[in-house]
Amino acid sequence: MKQILLSHGGGGEETQKLIKELFFKYFSNPILEKMEDAAVLDTNSKLAFTTDSFTVSPIFFKGGNIGKLAVAGTVNDLSMMGAKSKYLSCSFIIEEGLLFEELEEIVKSMAEEMEKTGVQIVTGDTKVVPKGSADKIFINTTGIGEIVYEGISAHNIEEGDIILVSGTIGDHGACIMAQREGIELEGDIASDCASLWPLVEDLINEGITIKAMRDPTRGGLSAVLNEWAEQSNVGIEIEEEKIPVKDEIQGLCELLGLEPYTLANEGKLILAVPEEEAEKALEVMKQNELGKDAEIIGRAISDYKGKVILKSSYGSKRVMEPPAGELLPRIC
Amino acid sequence: MSDVDYLRDFRDAKKIKALAELIKREVKRPINVMEVCGGHTHTIMKYGLKQLLPTEIDFVHGPGCPVCIMPKERIDHAIALVQNENNIVATLGDMIRVPGSKSSLQKERAKGKNVKMLYAPFDILKIAKENLDKKVIYFAIGFETTTPMTAALIKKVLEENIKNVYFHINHVLVPPPVKAIMDSGEAKIDAFIGPSHVSVIAGAKIYKELVDLYNTPVVVAGFEPVDIMESILWIIRQFKENRREVEIQYKRAVTWEGNTKAQEMINKYMEPRETFRWRGIGDIPFSALKLKDEYSYLDAEKVFADILPNEPIDDHKLCICGDILKGVAKPYDCKVFGTACTPQNPLGSCMVSSEGACAAYYKYGKLELV
Repeated sequence: MKQILLSHGGGGEETQKLIKELFFKYFSNPILEKMEDAAVLDTNSKLAFTTDSFTVSPIFFKGGNIGKLAVAGTVNDLSMMGAKSKYLSCSFIIEEGLLFEELEEIVKSMAEEMEKTGVQIVTGDTKVVPKGSADKIFINTTGIGEIVYEGISAHNIEEGDIILVSGTIGDHGACIMAQREGIELEGDIASDCASLWPLVEDLINEGITIKAMRDPTRGGLSAVLNEWAEQSNVGIEIEEEKIPVKDEIQGLCELLGLEPYTLANEGKLILAVPEEEAEKALEVMKQNELGKDAEIIGRAISDYKGKVILKSSYGSKRVMEPPAGELLPRIC
Repeated sequence: MSDVDYLRDFRDAKKIKALAELIKREVKRPINVMEVCGGHTHTIMKYGLKQLLPTEIDFVHGPGCPVCIMPKERIDHAIALVQNENNIVATLGDMIRVPGSKSSLQKERAKGKNVKMLYAPFDILKIAKENLDKKVIYFAIGFETTTPMTAALIKKVLEENIKNVYFHINHVLVPPPVKAIMDSGEAKIDAFIGPSHVSVIAGAKIYKELVDLYNTPVVVAGFEPVDIMESILWIIRQFKENRREVEIQYKRAVTWEGNTKAQEMINKYMEPRETFRWRGIGDIPFSALKLKDEYSYLDAEKVFADILPNEPIDDHKLCICGDILKGVAKPYDCKVFGTACTPQNPLGSCMVSSEGACAAYYKYGKLELV
């Protein structure tokens, strides 16, 4: 079985072969193929710029793999700023001994994920490190996007604004945790890993006023809402029973003593819109496969500034704490 | 019970509201209810049940959190054991975060010591097989609920003739500390909510003597909000009807006798220890278990006796975990609660464990302080 060797990262003949036979096969585009020291890019709008490193373990999980995540994750960061992703850089740090076919599967799913938004990898790098110096493969992607919708910010939320979530929460975090701990559960817990741009584009095209928007990755729903409450200096009141959670995710949480809203998501967004646009925003989201389980979950209020309040269906309230302590490492 | 939805039925808003209404209507006198188990404290705080109950009902949080009651010197045992690079110490969940006198297992793990966190005790078997050159010590913790798993593991180790597994037994019992608290007379407690998972194993019978000795109702309750609300109602009705007895609310799995097969297995390998020091409460005779003498060769406390410290170590001066565990103080009474002592940087054990009263107040109770 073909494996990645140190020589594949040495910059010599084997590196060239790997680039041409694998990366070009899947990532090919005119800018990349020039193989210059840097990519030369054309843009004529305001840009959004972001970077993320992906170290998830296991590298293959239900619903995706580290490659899909590396594309979707960076595309989502740009999307959350109202930017359409244009260009990505891609750096691989590979542990010697990784199977070539595993790398190919990762690269292939990166290409598939890029097709969904039209983003391109225009520059890249590959390093191979000795066994034990990394865990199979780490990927860094940096992205540039053209701003299509300006002014999205965590500081924008005002009393009365409505909070929506695009679907069930906790899927990615629960999937990784279950798979890593070898917890076999009934039902399929799969990562929700997906590029969210098509959903964001729908919202923009339908003229929704997007005040704040985030993808709740590490720290989950709770981290995002707490940041919003603090940065916009409002209280955020959430109806607990409105938060969409799959039964099997809730079940895993019961088993491990976790709250679904602290678990990571990789294909969901949280949105704050003016009250009068909430129903329309919900409708727009539900029309898109990425938002079919969307729900209105709460609103910004003037009380409890800086806090997120969970309201139960039987009338009690409690604070939704920001996640803290030893969060699950290497989830993305 | 064929169509029970275990996720929803016991959190059903209608049922909770109806129970709250009945409680309000029927309560005639102030009742201090001790929920013995940290899991119940957690449910009460998480679901905001106090907000639904009349002022007559107050909760006194009990000593039923196995991590919280672990004295520092026993954590120091684990720290001492792991200093030898030929030893692996494995334990459950939160235990690795609890600070001993100088360090915690988590800190030792960061230094590269062999500390393993388990989800299930049987994972020990795999660790032992993969590390034949090492001595694997299972730092066993928990009340009656988790003891059978340790007993089953001992059975397996003996059956499979595994030579490199040792047991550091810290299994404790529910009734003795409750009796110690009642006998001290410091806490004012009128009734008890008993943890259902303990009684699944040990039976509801273990609380009979509490009723006899202190004339207090005991309701063995499940951990969902409907369970707790129903148990409160039952306690109110015992007072109303002038009854004092052990009642089983958690009929889903608790019987009077409990799981006798599990009890037999525990009794085969373990027996009560002459005394065990409870954090904050002190020495309580026959309140914990140890391995029987015939299994001394498995007993880490005997095998490694020469390196294990045994001096009692006091808690931090500002920490009132002791009073909280005795039911005479609440987390908010503590000067360092939420300031110098937080879940990220706990001074006291009640903040360390996710089942601790302080951790529950910190996580869910902040609304009352806003």
